[in-house]
Amino acid sequence: MRAEVQDFYRGTYLENTGRYKGIWAWLTSTDHKRIGLMYLYAISAFFIVGVIIGLLMRIELIAPGKTIVEPQAYNGLFTVHGIIMIFMVVIPGLSATFGNFSLPIMIGARDVAFPRLNLFSFYLFLFGSFLAILSQFMRHGPPDTGWTFYAPYSTSTGTNVIMATTAAFILGFSSILTGLNFIVTVHRLRAPGMTFFRMPLFPWAIYATAWIQLLATPVVGITLLMIIAERLFHIGFFDPALGGDPVLYQHLFWIYSHPAVYIMILPAMGVITEIIPTFCQRKVYGYKAIALSSVAIAAVGYLVWGHHMYTSGMSGKSLWLFSFLTFVVAVPSAIKVFNWLATMYKGSIDMKPPFLFALFFIFLFTIGGLTGLVLGALATNVHVHDTSFVVAHFHYIIFGGMGFAAFAAVHYWFPKMYGRMYNIKQATIASIIMFIGFNLLYFPQFIIGIEGMPRRYYDYFPQFQPAQIVSTIGGFVLAAGLVLMFYNLIRSARKGEKAPANPWNGTTLEWQIPSPPPLENFEEIPHIEGKPYNFK
Amino acid sequence: MEHQAKAHLLEHRDDEAAKLGMWLFIFTEILLFGGLFLVYAVYRAMYHTQFHEASLELNVVFGAVNTIVLLVSSMAVAMALTALQENKVKLSRQLIWLTVLCALIFMVNKYFEWGAKFEHDIYPGSELLRKLEHGHILYYGLYFAMTGLHALHVTVGMIILIVVERRIKAGKVHAEKFVFLENAALYWHLVDLIWIFLFPLLYLIT
Amino acid sequence: MTEHHSTSAHITPYRTLATVLVVLLGLTFVTIEITSFDLKAWNVTIALLVACLKGYLVLSYFMHLKYENLLTKILVGMVIVLFALIIIITYIDYLFR
Repeated sequence: MRAEVQDFYRGTYLENTGRYKGIWAWLTSTDHKRIGLMYLYAISAFFIVGVIIGLLMRIELIAPGKTIVEPQAYNGLFTVHGIIMIFMVVIPGLSATFGNFSLPIMIGARDVAFPRLNLFSFYLFLFGSFLAILSQFMRHGPPDTGWTFYAPYSTSTGTNVIMATTAAFILGFSSILTGLNFIVTVHRLRAPGMTFFRMPLFPWAIYATAWIQLLATPVVGITLLMIIAERLFHIGFFDPALGGDPVLYQHLFWIYSHPAVYIMILPAMGVITEIIPTFCQRKVYGYKAIALSSVAIAAVGYLVWGHHMYTSGMSGKSLWLFSFLTFVVAVPSAIKVFNWLATMYKGSIDMKPPFLFALFFIFLFTIGGLTGLVLGALATNVHVHDTSFVVAHFHYIIFGGMGFAAFAAVHYWFPKMYGRMYNIKQATIASIIMFIGFNLLYFPQFIIGIEGMPRRYYDYFPQFQPAQIVSTIGGFVLAAGLVLMFYNLIRSARKGEKAPANPWNGTTLEWQIPSPPPLENFEEIPHIEGKPYNFK
Repeated sequence: MEHQAKAHLLEHRDDEAAKLGMWLFIFTEILLFGGLFLVYAVYRAMYHTQFHEASLELNVVFGAVNTIVLLVSSMAVAMALTALQENKVKLSRQLIWLTVLCALIFMVNKYFEWGAKFEHDIYPGSELLRKLEHGHILYYGLYFAMTGLHALHVTVGMIILIVVERRIKAGKVHAEKFVFLENAALYWHLVDLIWIFLFPLLYLIT
Repeated sequence: MTEHHSTSAHITPYRTLATVLVVLLGLTFVTIEITSFDLKAWNVTIALLVACLKGYLVLSYFMHLKYENLLTKILVGMVIVLFALIIIITYIDYLFR
């Protein structure tokens, strides 16, 4: 078996040719493809942990009152669920995995601009993740503040906040360095002839995302340091007893954390924009609009953070400014949705798993986006703020949106990464089970949210229970779909049928090189003559 | 084969990329300090009179001397780059040492300044501070946070400059390959730039 | 991926750097002296404007931005605008409460 595997990998990036063997050959590799894969494996592992914690929360919520944990433990659960999912899964997400694996190949480069910095980013990611997990087990107990670490509770609670915020700081630094690397890569390493407007749209998305990673993350970095300074030195910035304003913490926190959601979704939209033309065998409708809408989302996205704070006591002028800008930022996203649909029109559609996931994405993201308008409007926000309506909204966008796009990306680039194909039927069934489970899990939460079910609450009025039961069942259905999907992918990575270089008849550069790719991607760097998505 | 490939990848030298990378890193530092400047801006607007009162405790002479020292150090490292580009290696190294010396003077000044504050029982969380007005407490909190973070960057900058000087001595950084010095100098100028704003905002509040 | 030598790069003359230092020292002196006049709200405005001017000189000459390519200049401008917007928008909350 081993000899067969060696043969299969010979001449590709999966062959160990250096000084190290086995796992060390990976952990010391500066090859963007290996780094991308390592991120994929780490993030998948953290995702599974996060899902398990989510399921524990769902079990607790299946009935009012205590079901399996005490209230304090429940606070710890939703905090760590958020920390893992946000900082260790969806923010690194598609950038660290496929930004690394696919971006350089798609622009005709041999690697990123700073390969050693890339590996360093990965080490920081592992170290920060380690600290975040450690904060669960240290002496003072897991943090119970929610992943948002709001002052004044985060500065006064006895739990391991310092370790968790330090972890988030380190993870943020990893994100900054990755963003820096990708910006320089796109500016300096595009193949000859590939102008910005001849670049495919996934690189455009990664580029826009990289700017957000670079410029927004430092703000939360300094904010977390301020929380630590408050806990250690009572510096007073957010403590009303010393003259500070807790709302200022919220401003600082959301100045990063709102752009952060665009870090999550822009690469996802980029993936969808690659998949749809390929499986419709038609060029993208409105290439420039999609490229520039990514930049517009990144730019305007910096200015809307206050919509997380409508009920915090901000001035009236602030309220309407943030609401107005929030409605503005929805427009470029909508433009993308229309362009995707227009691309499909009269296309030659091939309903393979990547495309099916992409369709689910569009459906779920649209629901998430529309409910975002309910939250973006001042009057309706007051009614649903801090209810499970918000929880349903962001899960539709992040999980239904970015999550399904991530599954789509894995199913799209899998044959390129491993030179093997997965079981199409299992993938299709898994995706449908997940789609059904997802909607059962989250849709009821919109309803009870409007009816008054608060978020982050461990107990609730009996009238919410039927919906909570449906939601919990949905969670387990979704989990079943995930299990099938992971089983299919893991099995196929080792034993799947050999896949050709271009199984989907794609036109971008990654499909013009062998599967799996050689170490340096290209025999000869191509010279780009025309626009991308040139389907005959 | 990987050895050859790796060597090939590392051979790929792009000074423009390195410089662009450094400018991008500087942007992150601007946003990092920017968070503290935002906190300062908000609380100064809220507690204007108390900020003024508290700032009287600071010694403008110390602040001015530190400003001058940093400005001189910035010129020195810029001149060091010019010297290296003109292949005047010894002059370049001397100018870098001058920059480091200025940084050291800055840190010594800072040590005495902070020391004086501590002696008067002024530090975040102290007994004295807790009895003062809200505006005073926040002012001192910002003073220590901002000058502290800045001093940390001065220290890191000093280390980077010394590393560059050693590399010039070893011949690894020279007239044909000076982007490392360029980038170190950019970092140093950033440190100066931040102080240019800190000085009037902390020491010269009327 | 061309090798990039910086041999044709612009070298800033010592004289220019020294002149800039003198101007910066002068502006520092101005900043300090202005505080002896009570100009109410103008004090902080002038202090900030002078600091911006000093910053501009450091960026343009010491940091060589004047001679860098257009992309770098645009990016620096963009970051400054972003930072300014963040402060202005936050102020809209505090000023109008």
